[in-house]
Amino acid sequence: MNLDFIIGILEIILIATTPLVFAAIGELVTEKSGVLNLGVEGMMLVGAVSAFVTLVISGSYFLAFLISIFSGILMSGMFAILVLYLMTNQIATGLALTIFGIGLSSMIGKKYIGTPIDGLSPWFFVLISFVIVFIVSYFFYKTKSGLILRAVGESHNAAHALGYNVIKVRFIAIIFGGSMCALAGSYISICYAPMWQEGMTAERGWIALAIVVFSTWKPERILIGAYIFGGVTILQMNLQALGIRIPGQFFNMAPYVATIIVLIFISSNKLRIKLSAPASLTIPFFKGK
Amino acid sequence: MGQFILDIQNISKSFPRVKANNKVSFGVKKNTVHAILGENGAGKSTFVKILYGLIKQDEGKIIYKNNELKISSPAEARKVGIGMIFQHFSLFESLTVRENLMLGIDDYISYKKLEIKIENLIQKYKLTLDLDAPVISLSSGQKQRVEIVRVLLQNPKILVMDEPTSVLSPQEVKSLFITLNALVKDETTILYITHKLEEVITICNSVTIMRDGEVIETSSIGSNTAKTLANKMLGKNLEEISKDFSAIKDQINFEVNNLSCKFNDPFFTDIINISFKVNKGEILGIAGVAGNGQTELMEILSGENLNIESGKILYNNKRIEKLNPQQRRNLSISFVPEDRLGHSAVPELSLNENTLLSRFYNNKFTKNGLIQKKILDDHTKSIINLFNVKCLDADSNASSLSGGNLQKYVIGREILSEPELLIISHPTWGIDAGAENFIRQSLIKLSKLGTSIIVISQDLEELIQISHKLSIIYNGTLSNTFNTDSIDIEKVGLLMGGGK
Amino acid sequence: MNFFLPSIVLRTQNSSSVNFLVPLIAIVFTLLTGSLIFSLLGFDPIYSLYTFFISPISSLYGFSELLVKATPLALIAIGLSYCFKNNIYNIGAEGQLTMGAIFGGGVAIYFYNVEGFWLLPLMLLAGVLGGSLWALIPALLKTKFNTNEILTSLMLVYVATFILDYLVVGPWKDPSGFSYPKSRPFNESARMPELFNGLRVHFGLVITLILIFISWFIFSKTIFGFQLKVSGLSIKAARFAGFNQNKLIISAFIICGGFAGLAGLGEVSGPIGLLYRDISPNYGFTAIIVAFLGRLHPIGIIFSSLIIALTYLGAEDAQIFLQIPSAVGFIFQGLLLFYLLGAELLINYKIQFGKIS
Repeated sequence: MNLDFIIGILEIILIATTPLVFAAIGELVTEKSGVLNLGVEGMMLVGAVSAFVTLVISGSYFLAFLISIFSGILMSGMFAILVLYLMTNQIATGLALTIFGIGLSSMIGKKYIGTPIDGLSPWFFVLISFVIVFIVSYFFYKTKSGLILRAVGESHNAAHALGYNVIKVRFIAIIFGGSMCALAGSYISICYAPMWQEGMTAERGWIALAIVVFSTWKPERILIGAYIFGGVTILQMNLQALGIRIPGQFFNMAPYVATIIVLIFISSNKLRIKLSAPASLTIPFFKGK
Repeated sequence: MGQFILDIQNISKSFPRVKANNKVSFGVKKNTVHAILGENGAGKSTFVKILYGLIKQDEGKIIYKNNELKISSPAEARKVGIGMIFQHFSLFESLTVRENLMLGIDDYISYKKLEIKIENLIQKYKLTLDLDAPVISLSSGQKQRVEIVRVLLQNPKILVMDEPTSVLSPQEVKSLFITLNALVKDETTILYITHKLEEVITICNSVTIMRDGEVIETSSIGSNTAKTLANKMLGKNLEEISKDFSAIKDQINFEVNNLSCKFNDPFFTDIINISFKVNKGEILGIAGVAGNGQTELMEILSGENLNIESGKILYNNKRIEKLNPQQRRNLSISFVPEDRLGHSAVPELSLNENTLLSRFYNNKFTKNGLIQKKILDDHTKSIINLFNVKCLDADSNASSLSGGNLQKYVIGREILSEPELLIISHPTWGIDAGAENFIRQSLIKLSKLGTSIIVISQDLEELIQISHKLSIIYNGTLSNTFNTDSIDIEKVGLLMGGGK
Repeated sequence: MNFFLPSIVLRTQNSSSVNFLVPLIAIVFTLLTGSLIFSLLGFDPIYSLYTFFISPISSLYGFSELLVKATPLALIAIGLSYCFKNNIYNIGAEGQLTMGAIFGGGVAIYFYNVEGFWLLPLMLLAGVLGGSLWALIPALLKTKFNTNEILTSLMLVYVATFILDYLVVGPWKDPSGFSYPKSRPFNESARMPELFNGLRVHFGLVITLILIFISWFIFSKTIFGFQLKVSGLSIKAARFAGFNQNKLIISAFIICGGFAGLAGLGEVSGPIGLLYRDISPNYGFTAIIVAFLGRLHPIGIIFSSLIIALTYLGAEDAQIFLQIPSAVGFIFQGLLLFYLLGAELLINYKIQFGKIS
């Protein structure tokens, strides 16, 4: 094992973890405003397919990312209308969004399975993922708007009484989350594995949700969480490649088992979860009361 | 300019089932403390919400500084100089004091500048507040100070206070009044919303009395006394409450010895070495300012929290500290926790279903795990009839009842099962005077039948009115017991504030 | 002015007519949106909808296929109702189904050359056991370590899938199956009996109907059903009543896992007849929609399982006759759930026009 090999692995880890960072930081912002969106996986898939198809049709990378983010805004906007205006159950609505996203992405992408494209270098996006995390952190703790967003997630009634527009703040937070998920998806289909395949985000959306819990809703810790999961995934692939005599399926399980173990580790401290989770998470806001 | 800073003209507001404000008109003089007095449900809160831009009136107008006030949000209200202090603190518990204060400032100035502005204000008013402490770690008095500073940051001309003393100790009330007087000198007009008569007499210059959504009278305090105000506020004389010491048996029914419980959680108050006894047929009151361990004590007494650290709970000389609420109910102990919606009743369920929450050995609601629908229906109907619960029928959802009617239902449900011991928290919190009187009478009647009752309440007047003995809870510890027929109010007030 | 603006107000009483109306509204809106999507794709919407929703069940065979698909959906959905009523979001039924298939199927593979009337009952038991055990994991993690059951139960789906994959390419691979990753076919006594000759609808349907009836009884007549409901609505009220929250969580998970496991066993011993990778077209996930669409009510679930089963058949036909990818079924399912949730507003709130004094 020489230095090049290690650097190689580190590079792969950086490239593989970036979509987790995007999706998780987006979901973190949504959850900080008091809304749980379980549609991450669905929004990532639709983001991935819309970027891919746009690229194939137009040949423009810029347009591909633009349309992808627009798809994220549409998907999350639909979710926002349901949970904010029709006060639907956030958990069920998020699940519906994921199911809808799986179906929509396969239908749109059917014709494009196997179409070759030139992938884009991931390094710009790797850099951006770090920048976004730090911007979100700055936004939360050093700006008035960030403070308002946290306040809305903490107690929507108090925020409403002070005259803040709870619905508007949440709408924007949900839309931001959707755009980030779409960005994560387009990164996967254009940079990480330049192709389209049904369900190609491979449960990263769900892992991103676990990373948010891991981070105890603190932006910088998203990076730590994402890199633990990214690292486990890449390491198990490399160990498999080394030809260790354990069936591959057990390696494949590793990221999922790791998620469970990490959740146990973080959640067993009930008080920490209670103190750090946004207090009004998943509780619908009914203005008329 | 007229003599009024605020001139209310014919404000009306209807909700689907009530006319909350009906042609409300009155004037408020500049730099005075003006009370709006009325019992729960009189329409005070609705009016205040209209004034603060939270809801919009159907008709009528408000003249503020000689111009019609047209606002559609609290932010606009604040901009024109109307500040508001809510009854339930509208603070963000897990944010720091500093962050809470910043949220009260409407300007979008830089974070740094906001911080400087707050530091200056704290200096100017010499307020002792730890800016970096999270709000959950503060006492109720400190929380209210945060609220006041938050409003003062905007230099309000009118300060609206909704039941500001409901969670303060008598000492904290005194210091609040000092602040209010200082504010009035500083050219602030205060609109003081309350249902406490004594406070109106003590601190206010004039008073508007509201009843059933209408203004009964606006006058200066002058010749008014608590008695005359009470008559106008209620509009009728309520049955006099008298208690009876003769029914108390010389036999201990319930006893708590050296009870302690640590939580290691800033949301909870630790219970420290609490002991008390209740005789058969006796009513014991536990007084105290909110947040001093009442909820925690209630959950231990009901068996909802079984993780006590040490101590014994004895019921008829039998240890019960390991029994869950159902097992305690089987011994004929009944509970009414403070929160009606979501604790002693489920708002989304019908009254019939809610009756099933409280199963006693003698009410036979279930048999071999099967629900006895007929018995349940009959029981619910008798609660509704005997306790005068106003509702459509037994299939109405709990959420559709008014606070007072739901509370009568809950208490009726417990009393009808003829418990030997009733432990009740804040029995008349937030309900109208009629229901309040009815519930207090019912509790006294029950005690005369031999039931022991423990009443936990913030309302000292209530406890003195109905209980035989009284203890004060402060910061998780319980004081000695006093007889209520020879009680020193001054001393009780001191104990509630943590004095010795 | 105010007169004409609709306002949303809380309902004072549960209205049963609305309970029926809401799923109907959702279905109508889904069909309208579906035909819009079909027209956008350049298909004749009427013909498409006909292909999707009518032609699959226009024959006796088609109707039997509908029941074949509806059986596992209804069984899992009724199991999920125990969890959802209790406000527990077990979304890992797919994994519990897989485990049921592995346990029950394992029995069949172990006794591949032994016939006997006892074999199927033993497999049923093993299937229930497998599903329950797999569901017990998130239940214990939630009660002991406070972990979020949505994430843990979901992660366990993938773990179960890999276990099945390992078994069918490894130790349980059919020795005479060339390189196909599948097990030996089960013998005759390890198969669910067919209800009618030549149709695939099997005895699992009868089991499902019995369990639906029992569940209806539990939900409406027993204190256990009441406890699930109360602690789902308000944990504090459940504690006040003295219900043991942890016990309820664990029971709901075990029942749900057992039902899902039984559904999985029903698939492998019914229509499939062996173990291989793709034993379920996401029945475990789709059942979540079935449960919600049926409003967690046993009768509702019977209807909703038929409707959702139809989207499976319709998607297959649409792929064959219209060359539309079968994933379009998911779009219908997602839409249906969206509209349903949106229309649920009508259950808790009334939309009022004008004012009442």
